[in-house]
Amino acid sequence: MSDLKRTPLRDFHAAHGGRLVDFAGWEMPVQYRSILEEHKAVRRTAGLFDVSHMGEVDVRGPQAGAFLNYLVTNDVAKLHPGRVLYSPMCYPSGGVVDDLLVYMHGPEDYFLCINAGNIDKDLAWIHQQAAAFKVTVTDRSADYAQLAVQGPKAAAIVQSLTGAKLATVKYYHFVEGTVAGVHCLISRTGYTGEDGFELYHAAGDATELAAALLKAGQPHGMELAGLGARDSLRLEAGYPLYGHEITQDISPLTAGLGWTVKLDKGADFIGRDALVAEKQNGAKQKIVFFKTGDRRIVRAETPVLGPDGAVVGRVVSGTLSPVLNEAIGSALVTTAAAAQPLAVDIRGARLNLHLVKPPFVELKKSS
Amino acid sequence: MSNVPSDLRYAKSHEWVKLAGDGTATVGITDYAQNSLGDITYVQMPKPGATLTAGQVFGVVESVKAASDLYAPVGGTVIETNPVLESAPETVNQHPYEGGWMLKLKLSNPAEAAALNDAAAYGKLIS
Repeated sequence: MSDLKRTPLRDFHAAHGGRLVDFAGWEMPVQYRSILEEHKAVRRTAGLFDVSHMGEVDVRGPQAGAFLNYLVTNDVAKLHPGRVLYSPMCYPSGGVVDDLLVYMHGPEDYFLCINAGNIDKDLAWIHQQAAAFKVTVTDRSADYAQLAVQGPKAAAIVQSLTGAKLATVKYYHFVEGTVAGVHCLISRTGYTGEDGFELYHAAGDATELAAALLKAGQPHGMELAGLGARDSLRLEAGYPLYGHEITQDISPLTAGLGWTVKLDKGADFIGRDALVAEKQNGAKQKIVFFKTGDRRIVRAETPVLGPDGAVVGRVVSGTLSPVLNEAIGSALVTTAAAAQPLAVDIRGARLNLHLVKPPFVELKKSS
Repeated sequence: MSNVPSDLRYAKSHEWVKLAGDGTATVGITDYAQNSLGDITYVQMPKPGATLTAGQVFGVVESVKAASDLYAPVGGTVIETNPVLESAPETVNQHPYEGGWMLKLKLSNPAEAAALNDAAAYGKLIS
């Protein structure tokens, strides 16, 4: 795996039994002990994830806010310093370049977190769009490592290592402070549906911080968790994953992310015309979430069948919910078919899809 | 690393056979196989009475990562399948050579097992 990029924690993972695999060109731990057990640990107590492969970008300058509001579909003008915003970033077609988090430090100082597999594409796109604005866009991906502590015990674990008053940091807010002596951007966000924190810090501090968090977390039952559990947790929570529920051909409206598309935010943005048209005319397809009542996993690309057996769509994500103990997933189907009974064929067995409005399990998140 | 008990015979496709000595045998997958698959979530098995020839697909083992075919290491008639695996397929991860067994077969040709690897040869195959 010599051609793969490594996070500063690669050797930490290997030393802790991480099974390292190629993920979007990165050598990352898919699991340590068991994907199912790591998943359950996050729902029950806490999990520690290395997400240093994610990309970070500084956007600064007098027009930083106006530029970002043109770049993404959600309303950046609603931010104030210390707030975080989730948003898709679209092409003029309404298809998605990537989904990202926007952090506001100040009116001229923003910070983005983007998907690992999209870093090069995103930077090229963002630089291209920034040409007409007074902004400076800087790739900081190599400078930062990121650790996520997720689960009902996450706040107690991180609080034991920091003087920052975490009780005052609400969901989708952040503060800067030290955790175990390491300077961090402490963000109350995550990709699991649980309460938790994403800690951005200097790459050189990652091993020290990971060791301190692991030690502080163990009395609480925290486990190291890999990307396998990260994927099943996000699907159980009903969160989209780029390349699955959202792609350059699947718009945020098609994906059921209408709440992130602010057509009336009072500023033009890339993709607005296409998304207005999609909203007026109705989307031809939609993303639905399903469970089957059966343990057989319904994997991505499985054809979805309508009542007469005709193919009306395809599965885009599928796994076993370790909490429900049955297969769950998402599918892109024609809008007309979404109101009819749907099924899949798994090795000759016809399984009915029971459509569900996610999350699949009750989530507590943060106050 | 992987556990390879000396009293079993092994197929290249990572199934094991335990001969009972009375013309029947028990079949499962190896410790190496369960470890490679990761968390096992479903095991699809044939019905008792089904006739298998050596090398024939007899079922599917699914993990979070992938679904893989299971191959009969020897031919025979299925006497019994492991009822535990229906509700607790993770038993294959925990005890691949004991509680995680998959099939009991009445062998069609007891000599077939001699063509399989012994523990030393299988150990070399997976090292």
